[in-house]
Amino acid sequence: MTVAQPPSVPDTVGAAPNGNTLRVHNAQGEAKKPGGDALFRTLCLAAVLAMMATLLGLVGSLVSGGWMALSHFGISFFTTSTWDPVADQYGAAAPIVGTLLTAFLALLLALPVAVGVAVFLVEICPQAIARWLAIAVELLAGIPSIVYGMWGLFVLAPWFSAHVQLPLMMSVTPGSWLDTLTSGVPNGANIFTASLILAVMILPYIAAILRELLMSVPSHMREAAYGLGCTQREVVMRIMLPYVRKSAIGAVMLGLGRALGETMAVTFIIGNSHNFPHSLFDSGSTISSTIANEFTEATGDMHISALIALGLVLFMITFVTIAAARLLLGRGGETK
Amino acid sequence: MSGKNLENANFDRFLHLRRKAYNTVFLVLTALATAIALAALALILETLVVKGVGGIDMAVFTMSQPAPDMAGGLLNAIVGSLVMCAIGMIIALFVGILAGTWLAEYGDGTKLATVVRFLNDILISAPSILIGLFVYELLVRPFHGFSAVAGGVALALLAMPVATRATEDIMRLQPYALREAGMALGANRGHVIRSIIWRASKSGLMTGALLSFARISGETAPLLFTSLGNPFLSFKLTQPMASMPTTIFQFAMSAYDDWQRLAWGGALIIAVAVLTTNIIGRALTRGSTHK
Repeated sequence: MTVAQPPSVPDTVGAAPNGNTLRVHNAQGEAKKPGGDALFRTLCLAAVLAMMATLLGLVGSLVSGGWMALSHFGISFFTTSTWDPVADQYGAAAPIVGTLLTAFLALLLALPVAVGVAVFLVEICPQAIARWLAIAVELLAGIPSIVYGMWGLFVLAPWFSAHVQLPLMMSVTPGSWLDTLTSGVPNGANIFTASLILAVMILPYIAAILRELLMSVPSHMREAAYGLGCTQREVVMRIMLPYVRKSAIGAVMLGLGRALGETMAVTFIIGNSHNFPHSLFDSGSTISSTIANEFTEATGDMHISALIALGLVLFMITFVTIAAARLLLGRGGETK
Repeated sequence: MSGKNLENANFDRFLHLRRKAYNTVFLVLTALATAIALAALALILETLVVKGVGGIDMAVFTMSQPAPDMAGGLLNAIVGSLVMCAIGMIIALFVGILAGTWLAEYGDGTKLATVVRFLNDILISAPSILIGLFVYELLVRPFHGFSAVAGGVALALLAMPVATRATEDIMRLQPYALREAGMALGANRGHVIRSIIWRASKSGLMTGALLSFARISGETAPLLFTSLGNPFLSFKLTQPMASMPTTIFQFAMSAYDDWQRLAWGGALIIAVAVLTTNIIGRALTRGSTHK
């Protein structure tokens, strides 16, 4: 929803030509103090500054809280994967890789479907039905992440274990590439199912933004293409998608940012092991699931500091992703 | 052959068929994608309703959380969630509406506004668990204790950017003539904003509030280490307080059937609450923007 910017109002509008401030009277006839506007304006500005302070405070607290672990372990915090609260040794390679792996896998799974949904709703489905379908897809975005997590743990994981992992274990030749890719405890709680849940969660976000973008393609461009005899596929693939390419990449990155930071759903289903993941069907952990699982139980200062340092890493990864997404999207992104 | 054929000599039947076939495949694939998305929604809602309805009875709303194998409900969690969401919403709306107003009215065109708008958009999408860490450092660690206030503030920080964005968007939709009319009557800008623009944006602001509420009411991660949770009904703001999402998380991860049943009941309640808020919010937007 792009909104035309109203021209800015000069601040001197309330001042009379001779320089005296105009005095405004309310219904009771009392003169309003001319300072009223300045006060309100300052209040608004204070709110904006509070906003900024939040973000600065967020970064500041993550840096100061995580400093102890970062300075103690240095670069080995990122390169080793020993996470041992008893020995006070912390290496975060496993959760960092887990975060990136699940998020990208989720994106890989969600993107084709999201594009399909958006195209179907905008270009193919009759508009009367499309409106309702769009609401249904938005509903998917509104479901709290804890519900996704429970569904993943109690429905998806058992199903996946019984119908995918076990049959695969029976039939795959040990040692083949497929075996290496899919080995793991067949309980359904692994990196792949976590990515699958994440994919379902980010799908409606990407689809909703893409739908808005596709609807913004000027109709004369579409009509011109149809007039040349293009099929729907050609209009979508050669005219509409290229037209919104830049913003579409922004939409995708926004979805990626969501997948990177999602906590609860992943915590339920990823299996929460600190070992470096060896296959897609291996249990693992992400930065956010590690923090969610251990933070309240952490007793040692170094443990807490290591967890906050993990938070800082997550912040930097998501900041770059979201910042890039917002720059690409401009002001057109969704409000949620 | 070309002499007898009335069709265009350049007409390539093979190419035509290929394009048609590609197009059909394309259409089927997009329909399939939509079917997948709808199936996911249906599957999740079905599980939620089937398992959730079994977990809901009167006790859920009248009794606090039980020990394993005892009768009980989610009263402490429902109350806790309402209290903390209320704290969060009050702070978030106060700051968010004022900040949105500044962005739409006063800061327009300034460099600061561009920066703030960008940072606000970042905050909207920032992982909620990081907000939890921040509030832990800000309010839990210095005061040596988890508290409902900390939980409320964490929720406020999540809702604030949503409220700011919604406020700015809706205020920008108000026609410029409204502002001119107000000023022509001699009102100053602050007066125009408060008595005219805010009033004209009422339904939009309402939507913003509902969407922010929907955003925070299902949030779990930031509450885990700010309000912690509390097995008893509590109204003390400086003490740990239960909330729906954290209680559901705790119960769902437990090994007790009763607790898991309650967790599904709670999940259904919270999903229904969030989805209804979302739908009402969006319905209001449709009413106000498509005049």
